[in-house]
Amino acid sequence: MADKTIENLTSQEYRWGFVTDIEAETVPKGLSEDVVRLISAKKGEPAWLLEWRLKAYRHWLTMKEPRWANVHYPPIDYQDIHYYAAPKAKPKNLDEIDPEIRRTYEKLGIPLAEQEMLAGVAVDAVFDSVSVATTFKDKLAKLGIVFCSFSDAVREHPDLVRKWLGSVVPTTDNFFATLNSAVFSDGSFCYIPKGVRCPMELSTYFRINAKDTGQFERTLIIAEEGAYVSYLEGCTAPMRDTNQLHAAVVELVALDDATVRYSTVQNWYPGDRDGKGGIFNFVTKRGRCKGRNSRISWTQVETGSAITWKYPSCILQGENSVGEFYSVALANHRQQADTGTKMIHIGKNTKSTVISKGISAGHGQNSYRGLVQILPGAENARNYSQCDSLLIGDRCGAHTFPRLDVQNPSAQVEHEASTSRIGEDQLFYCRQRGLSTEDAVNMIVSGFCRRVFKELPMEFAVESQKLLAVSLEGSVG
Amino acid sequence: MTKESCLSEYDRLEPALPGLRDLRRRAIARFGELGFPTGREEEWRFTDVSPVAERDFPHPDEEPDASEVEELASGPLAKSQLAFVDGLYAPEFSSPPHGVTAESLGDLLDRNPAAVEPFLGRTDGGAFAALNTALFRDGAFVRVPRGTAVAEPLHLIFLSTTRAKPFAAHPRILAVVEEGASIRIAECHAGGTSPHLTNAVVELEVGEGAHVDWSKIQREGPEAYHFATVQVRQARGSVFASHSISLGAALSRNDLGVLLDGEGAECSLDGLYELGGTQLADNHTTIDHAKPHGTSRELYKGILDGRSRGVFDGRIVVRPGAQKTDAIQTNRNLLLSAGALANTKPQLEIFANDVKCKHGATIGKLDPDVLFYLRSRGIGREEAQRLLIHAFACEVLDAVPVAEVRERLEEYLLDLVSRKAGV
Repeated sequence: MADKTIENLTSQEYRWGFVTDIEAETVPKGLSEDVVRLISAKKGEPAWLLEWRLKAYRHWLTMKEPRWANVHYPPIDYQDIHYYAAPKAKPKNLDEIDPEIRRTYEKLGIPLAEQEMLAGVAVDAVFDSVSVATTFKDKLAKLGIVFCSFSDAVREHPDLVRKWLGSVVPTTDNFFATLNSAVFSDGSFCYIPKGVRCPMELSTYFRINAKDTGQFERTLIIAEEGAYVSYLEGCTAPMRDTNQLHAAVVELVALDDATVRYSTVQNWYPGDRDGKGGIFNFVTKRGRCKGRNSRISWTQVETGSAITWKYPSCILQGENSVGEFYSVALANHRQQADTGTKMIHIGKNTKSTVISKGISAGHGQNSYRGLVQILPGAENARNYSQCDSLLIGDRCGAHTFPRLDVQNPSAQVEHEASTSRIGEDQLFYCRQRGLSTEDAVNMIVSGFCRRVFKELPMEFAVESQKLLAVSLEGSVG
Repeated sequence: MTKESCLSEYDRLEPALPGLRDLRRRAIARFGELGFPTGREEEWRFTDVSPVAERDFPHPDEEPDASEVEELASGPLAKSQLAFVDGLYAPEFSSPPHGVTAESLGDLLDRNPAAVEPFLGRTDGGAFAALNTALFRDGAFVRVPRGTAVAEPLHLIFLSTTRAKPFAAHPRILAVVEEGASIRIAECHAGGTSPHLTNAVVELEVGEGAHVDWSKIQREGPEAYHFATVQVRQARGSVFASHSISLGAALSRNDLGVLLDGEGAECSLDGLYELGGTQLADNHTTIDHAKPHGTSRELYKGILDGRSRGVFDGRIVVRPGAQKTDAIQTNRNLLLSAGALANTKPQLEIFANDVKCKHGATIGKLDPDVLFYLRSRGIGREEAQRLLIHAFACEVLDAVPVAEVRERLEEYLLDLVSRKAGV
């Protein structure tokens, strides 16, 4: 009986798979200096930014694709990708948005208009690389908050962009980040001035839409002294047959007493049951706690993508700064996830917390890879890490590769991990009390992930619960 | 010892090496392929072997200094003991046990190579193990026949002398413990103050339902480089316990691999590394749960002072189908000084679903609250520190089953800790 339920549950197809048919302006496939120049020219960028891109591109040519991650995929042909695609007609406001696109969002459950009214969320919706709409801009502008697409920021706040771009993830950082630096098309930019508490959750919604387009987003968030911002990023992508590459870069900067919270729900197309298609999600996310008492918190729910390669990290530079990482990663069918975090303690009295929950089902392979590094100057640093794995079915795998490097004796570093499955006895107990197997599994899984969901902003927490229930179903061992 | 000098050392020694011509040829070819590991390899990231790779450590040609050997081997002979000096069997300091085979591997290879050939070099253990296979001249062969419970613990003593020139010993231990048999073995490495290289390989077969308890005490001199590759294969229902204590050597590296190759096998791996100065101890362990119902427990503890470095890299693998596996792995490190450094990497790789696996790692200093508690009860700071460090180490030491080894270790450690707390 249980087996049949599993069969039903695990065979759930991707619910958000659809293609919006709108005309896209696309640069021919392939990558060369000309393409980099073309992207820069199309966006009307200043000369320094083009130089910056070219420097990254030239460095990229000397780099090798990393192979150390515990994931397997066929080689990527970087010349077989469109590096730029944008919907052609640019809307002036929400009402002008292509009805097709709006319908897409509605299907995803984030109608812009509704969100604007109900949730008080300003959405900078990214539809294949170019911002389609930005809401609540005025309200934010009154507070001096800049929240706009990256291209707008380059035009309107070039000094800010120039000062902070690449300050956390340098152009030479790693293969995918360098590629992104060369060809990034758009993204979000957010600047919170001194002492301002951002009154609403900021959010973007990334979608990959045009076929065979790599999406190279660049996000930059700066919180000045005493500022606070909570940022949400959500992703779902329509169904595809060929693998798509996504190599985004996110940079966060927190100055004295500032707090940045960054939450992600990632639900890109994971490929079908046999591992055909799906997104390759190779993302570099890093935050720098530059000032004293600053705080950066990453929360992620990773349910999609064929392959996830992602390590949101914190550089704890300022004294008393705090880094946090809360993660739920799910690998079902043939999905592979290699994700985790790095906490680099540089300043005194720095603290970090890592809570990672991995769930593997079907043939999914889930790895936690983490680094906690306490440098010699980090007096009284403190770290607590916990990574738990839940196994569902006997063909999946769960792996843990944490690394602790401690160079200061006053540090306290703890790491704990466990791997288990949903016990027959737990299921029996629930079923005995009248819950269906499916509900019981959902309940146990949601309990397993509770500590992470608790960290998510309300609307994301609800969405995540649902997402997990859909993508994970089939939890009985 | 550059790769080239290792290869020419092999050519020089080949005619004199006992038996196994083909196996040795394959091994030296394998070593030639691999070369010495570099920091670019993940497994060797923290352990720089260049002090070994850039200097020559040939087999010593001269006889060891008899008076030094006498002094090193002083004290009463254990009832059951094999001793080796600079890698060669020393019958005068040995008292082979009765009822069980324990003898020089070199002698046996000269006499009857067929007796050991099937057990030697069965798995690829990397560059150092290949070098040992190519170059070893002697070592111990232990065979415990079916159903025999050996009461007296067997001591395997490896002594290094002090010499004018650097030299190497590549001891090899082969132990076969047959079905239902049991034995306790204590392997000790100690000795000279001049630079030398010990590159040991241990191969151990634990038969069905057999019990083996293996203590390894490494107390080599301050200029020694100690490498050891230990490979254990456990059959159904067998029990293996290891206690690996690293105290000496400038650089030591233990690669311990246990394959649980039968249902219901159990293993427990304990380790302690107590370092000071610029010492480095690197413990790599792999527990491979290949069959269902296996149990493994692992506890490694480090006490790091001065500018020493402790590396722990523990891997637990649960193969597809190894259901009902129960594994717990723990690594705890105590940092006593600002220059000390701990690197730890506990890993779980799990391919079966009905398992219970946990690991934990901590790095920290002595708990100030506990220190305060002791001091508030009139115990001086040094004494309190001494007590706490001792207690920290005892969790591993208390499990060493061979009484005389345990007592000597405790004494040694207490002395070391007192000196430390005194500073």
